Amino acid sequence: MNEIKRQTLAVLVDNEAGVLSRVARLFSGKGYNIESLAVGTTDDVKVSRITIEVMADEKQTRLLSNQLRKLICVHSVKRLLPEHSIRRELVLFKVLAQTSDVRNEIIQVANIFRASIIDVSISSITLAVIGDESKAEAIQNLLREFGILELVRTGMMALERGQYTIDEQTKEKGEFDYGKNVL
Amino acid sequence: MRMTGAKILMECLLEQGVDTIFGYPGGTILNVYDELYNYEGRVRHILTAHEQGACHAADGYARSTGKVGVCFATSGPGATNLVTGIATAYMDSSPIVCITCNVGVDLIGKDSFQEVDITGVTMPITKCNYLVRSVDDLADTVREAFAIARSGRPGPVLLDIPKNVTAESAEYEPLDRHSHGMSGKLGELMKRSSQNFKAPEPDYKDIDKLVEMINAAKKPLLICGGGVVRSRAHWEFETFANKIDAPVAITLMGAGGFRGRNKLTTGMIGMHGSQASNMAVDACDLLIAVGCRFSDRVALKPSSFAQNAKIVQIDIDRSEINKNVQTDHHIIGDAKRVLQLLLERIEQLDHSEWKKYVFSFPTETVYDQVADRLTPGQVLSSIARILPQDTIVTTDVGQHQIWAAQHFHFDYPGQLVTSGGFGTMGFGLGAAIGAQAGNPDKIVLHVTGDGSFRMNCNELATESYYKLPIITVLFNNGTLGMVRQWQTLIYKQHYSQTTLDRAPDFVKLAEAYGLNGWRVHNVEDFETALKAALESDKGSVIDVAVYMDEMVRPMVGGGSHITEFMIH
Repeated sequence: MNEIKRQTLAVLVDNEAGVLSRVARLFSGKGYNIESLAVGTTDDVKVSRITIEVMADEKQTRLLSNQLRKLICVHSVKRLLPEHSIRRELVLFKVLAQTSDVRNEIIQVANIFRASIIDVSISSITLAVIGDESKAEAIQNLLREFGILELVRTGMMALERGQYTIDEQTKEKGEFDYGKNVL
Repeated sequence: MRMTGAKILMECLLEQGVDTIFGYPGGTILNVYDELYNYEGRVRHILTAHEQGACHAADGYARSTGKVGVCFATSGPGATNLVTGIATAYMDSSPIVCITCNVGVDLIGKDSFQEVDITGVTMPITKCNYLVRSVDDLADTVREAFAIARSGRPGPVLLDIPKNVTAESAEYEPLDRHSHGMSGKLGELMKRSSQNFKAPEPDYKDIDKLVEMINAAKKPLLICGGGVVRSRAHWEFETFANKIDAPVAITLMGAGGFRGRNKLTTGMIGMHGSQASNMAVDACDLLIAVGCRFSDRVALKPSSFAQNAKIVQIDIDRSEINKNVQTDHHIIGDAKRVLQLLLERIEQLDHSEWKKYVFSFPTETVYDQVADRLTPGQVLSSIARILPQDTIVTTDVGQHQIWAAQHFHFDYPGQLVTSGGFGTMGFGLGAAIGAQAGNPDKIVLHVTGDGSFRMNCNELATESYYKLPIITVLFNNGTLGMVRQWQTLIYKQHYSQTTLDRAPDFVKLAEAYGLNGWRVHNVEDFETALKAALESDKGSVIDVAVYMDEMVRPMVGGGSHITEFMIH
C-alpha cells in the first residue's frame, strides 16, 4: 500500500488549448514529477487521451486520480495496473556507425529486438524500437557500446487488456467508488 | 436577438439573478461598464477602492447570502489584484464568479499594455477558468461558469474576456436558468457523471453501514465543518445531533452550521479548540465529520487524531477522503442529503454517561476579568449583549478572529464570515461590505485587529460612499498579536518585526472618510460607543485599546497531539 512505484494513469480530456497544462500543473502543484507523458487524440477528435506515469504509492495515486477528476476538462481517469494492461513506448536511437562492421553489428542487435532501421547515413544509423521500459533499457545498454548520438522516446502509452475500456459508463458503479476496488 | 458581447454578458448575469456586482473599471473592460450604464436600476454596481476589496466583497456577499458573488476587474494589474481574493474563496469553497477583460485577441501574447495571462495565473486557485475567444461562445461560457461556481463543492470561477469580444456582436437567445443544463456544452458536461456539476447521490449501503456504526457506538462525537454551512444543512445537522445525542465540535468554517447555544456544543476544535472538544476527540469511539477536511489546524497531528475512534468522513468532494486523516468509513454526498437519509434510519439514542464526561471539561475559554484594563473578553461580552443575536460577523485574521469565533454563538450559516483556510489578513472589511450589501436589513459587525485593518482600510471609502452602516471593532494592541503570541511561546520572546507602534490614528482616519470614530479604554466607553454606532446610520470604527500580551487560549502547538495544550 505504501510502496512507492511507477504508477500509470490513463486520462481522457477535452482536446482544447490549456488542458494539458491544467493536468500537468496538478502534478507539479502536489509535488510530483511526471516520469512519462504521452498525449494524442482518440477516435473522437474532441477528446484526447493522456497516459501519465508518476512515482507514487497507492494512496497518493488514488488522491491524484480523484483530484484529476475534479478538473472540468477531465472526462475520466483510470489507473492501469501493470498486470492487467499493456504498456508500450516508441524509442528512436541515433547510433554512431562509421564502418560497415559496426553497421552490421548494430543491424544484428536491431533484428534481435525487432527494432526497425529507419535511417542510415555514412556515419550513423537510426533505429526505432517499440516495447516497455525493460526492452528499451536492454537495447539501450547494448547500443551504448557503439555510441548513442541522440535518443528520443514518445512516453509510455497504455491500454487495459481485454474488452474493458476507460469509459466509465460501461463499468460497474462499484469500480469507481472510492475506497472499494477503486480506479 | 443580435447584440454586443458586453450586452450578452449583462443579460447572462440577469439570467443568473445577479443583483449586485463589485468591481473596478479600466481600459479593457470599458465596453462592459458602458453597457452597465444601461442596466442601472436592475443591477447595482459597487465601486470599491481596490480590486482586492471587490473580490473580498463578492466573497462576503456569497458566504452571507448563499448566492454566487460577482466581481469585475480590468486586465493586467486589475486582474492580478483579484488573486488573493480568489485564493481566499477557493480555500473556503465560496462560490464567486470573477469577470476580467483582457486586451483584444490581436494583442494577446504581445506583452501589450496591461496584459497578463490571468487564466494561467489563477489556474491553481479556481475551480475552472476560461478565456472567451469568440463572442459566439460567451453566453454558454457565462452559464457554465455560474453552474460550476455554485454546484458540487462550490468555488471561484474566472472568466477572462478579450476587449474585442465585448464589442463584437452575436445572436443571443434568452434562456431560463433552469434550462441551462439542457443544451450546449453545459448540457454535455452535465451528462458526464462529474461531481463538479451535481452532488452524487449517497450510496445507501454506506448510509446503512454508518447507522450500524452509530448504533454500536458508546461515545460518538460529531464535527460540524464548513460543508454544513455551504450546504445550508444546519437544520438537518442539529436534528441529527439531537437524535443520536452526540456532542458536537465545531470547526472555524463550521461556525453557524450548528446552533452555538445548543447544549450539545463543545465549542471550537483544533489548535484553539476548547478543552471539551479536544478531549472528546481523543476519547470518542466514533467520530463523524461532516463537511470537514481535517486541515492541519483541526487535526494537528493526523497520526494520533481520534486515535481511539472509528473515523467517518461525510464529504461532497471525493478527493478529500483520506487526504489528511486516514478514515474508516466515508459517505460521498451533499451534507444535507446524507443527513436526511440518516435521519430516516435512526432512532433516538441516549449517551448521558459520555456527555457527562465530555462536558466535565470547559467548552468555552473564560478570559480573566482584569480591573485595570479592557480585555477582549469584556469587549466581546458587551457586543453579544448589545448587538442583535442575528448580527453578521466578519473578521480579519489573527487573535481577534479566534476570540470572535470562540466567544460568539452563531445560529445560522453565513453568520460568521472569516478567512479560515487561506488566513487572509485584510479580508474583513471587504467581506463586511459584501455582507452588508447582500443583507441590508441586518447589522454587520467587522471585528479586526490593527495589523489586518491597516492592510485594506482603503475600503472605508466604499463603506462611506454607499452608506453601509458597518460597525468595525478594532482590537488595537499595537502588535501583530497572533505572531507575537507564537514569538512569546516558541521563539524566546524575540519580537522580530511584529510591533506596530505606528500611524495612523484610526479615529482620525475614520473621520477623514466621513465615518464615526471612537477610541476607548474601558468597558463603559466601549458600550457607549457601540450603542452610538448602532444608532448611527453611518459606518463606525471603534478603536479598542487592548493589552499587547493578551493571548488566545487554549492553544495546541502545530503538529502536536490534540490534547497537548501549550496554554489552557
